Amino acid sequence: MTNLTELTLTEMQAGLNKGEFSSRELVQAALERLSQVEPALHAFLYIAGEEALAAADEADKKRKSAGATGQSPLLGIPIAVKDVLTVEGLPCTAGSKILEGYVPPFTATSVKRLKDAGAIIIGKTNNDEFAMGSSTEHSAYGYTHNPWDLTRVPGGSSGGSAASVAARCVPAALGTDTGGSVRQPASLCGVTGLKTTYGRISRYGLVAFGSSLDTVGAFGRNAEDVAQIFSVMAGRDQLDATSADMPVPTIDFVGATGQSPLRGLKIGVPKEYFIKGTQPEVEEKVRAAIQQLKTLGAETHEISLPHTEYALPVYYIIAPAEASANLARYDGIRYGPRADAGNLWDVFFKTRGQKFGPEVTRRIMIGTYALSAGYYDAYYGQAQKVRTLIKRDFEAAFREVDLIAAPTAPETAFEIGERVDDPLAMYLEDIFTLPANLAGVPGISFNCGFDKNHLPIGLQLIGSHFREDLLLQVTHAYQQVTDWHKRAPKL
Amino acid sequence: MALTLKEVEHIAKLARLELTEEQKELYREQLSAILDYMAKLRELDTNNVPPTAGGGLTQMILREDESRPSLSKDALLENAPNAEDDQFKIPPVFE
Repeated sequence: MTNLTELTLTEMQAGLNKGEFSSRELVQAALERLSQVEPALHAFLYIAGEEALAAADEADKKRKSAGATGQSPLLGIPIAVKDVLTVEGLPCTAGSKILEGYVPPFTATSVKRLKDAGAIIIGKTNNDEFAMGSSTEHSAYGYTHNPWDLTRVPGGSSGGSAASVAARCVPAALGTDTGGSVRQPASLCGVTGLKTTYGRISRYGLVAFGSSLDTVGAFGRNAEDVAQIFSVMAGRDQLDATSADMPVPTIDFVGATGQSPLRGLKIGVPKEYFIKGTQPEVEEKVRAAIQQLKTLGAETHEISLPHTEYALPVYYIIAPAEASANLARYDGIRYGPRADAGNLWDVFFKTRGQKFGPEVTRRIMIGTYALSAGYYDAYYGQAQKVRTLIKRDFEAAFREVDLIAAPTAPETAFEIGERVDDPLAMYLEDIFTLPANLAGVPGISFNCGFDKNHLPIGLQLIGSHFREDLLLQVTHAYQQVTDWHKRAPKL
Repeated sequence: MALTLKEVEHIAKLARLELTEEQKELYREQLSAILDYMAKLRELDTNNVPPTAGGGLTQMILREDESRPSLSKDALLENAPNAEDDQFKIPPVFE
């Protein structure tokens, strides 16, 4: 039998349906793979081995009794979940000491929909504390290594999820993207990662970071697999007032007419995303990939998103401001550890002072400052206005083009320890991903080649609101004529 | 813009964070550098630009105002560092 962990999600479904293997065998293979690579990777914060095996037996039983038709689409498929999404009964720390020992009594809607569709949760993946970071080095539980080069970071904040898919531990994993936390690690780990439209997927059960920016997304080995996870999770949820009441499209990869989805498609190439400071090989491979999209029938147009350079300062005011409010709930009273103190005031100060890590503390401080009396208008108020200008850039662009193509990150994976003490250098990692979050539009990143150190390079596509279908179709079309997405790290 | 140590202490107090002297100095330096970078936003004239608040959805989704089962008290108290008689237990507020 082929090595089961090498299979994509779609291939696993086919094999299960044909009875070539059982879900128990799939889960066992995933757990064996984990015991092999996890000591070197540290992609997981919690592995739910026993629960997953029990769920696999359930799935196998269900499959037998239901027959080949009428199956739940993801029945018996193992997946991993970023540790900022709750799964009832599994520890959830969000990578922070302030949630150490917390076992949520409820499941996030996104995860619940996947479980209802039959998916099996293998474990919770590592991330930067409260999803604040671009390397997963800010996890309070140790960093995750990039499967392509263990001395390098996997990106972040969803670094554990990206690494677990790249390393063939699971066929798909959930991430969240507030400023690039799905797309950038997808780029650095050479997998396909989808950031969804703001409001597309419920955030009930997501540990809140920046509430006007947070989105749930997914990683997979290809567009087809990501599309399946996306379609199951998407759609209105009564438990999240910010979830959009928009129909969820069935993503058609075959095409009713048999024509390439790229025929006549207008792709905008924004000049502000091809700037000095970008690694030359990144620009080269990204331009080559755009050329490839052209040969598949797309037209390309140079466009301008003139306020791009302001996205970083806008983001690093708005996200920390929202975070400073969202993280006020961690006070040592209702969950997590409590510092020893004689009075309530000291409980707050000591618990928060001792349990938040440096990056989270930094962001709470920035956000608190930006919202404080006397500075609100100059920082937060101004950032909200410039955010409008950034949104308008995208609105204007999408009147001219259907999609935007650009690099995902300015560089390939950097070395562990290289930037962790220099916050601004780390923030610059997100310059090409932040604007989509500020505008609320969806984006995708997928492998389009390697640099001379054999590190993956990501092409980012950005679509207009609720056009995940187009992003996935174009990615799929590219993946039909290239094989970058099939390359696997040697581990 | 260089923040003073006093400003850092004020922010930390607002945010309910106990910092060591070393941390205060570190954050003073780092926050000053970050805020300098943010000053770039003042280049833009935004007098006639409305602010964007929220993530861009035009309507909130509201559910029917009906009672429904919620999480059990026991399940929620299970995670508390200290609980007694169905309540969270805290140290004295007034001394």
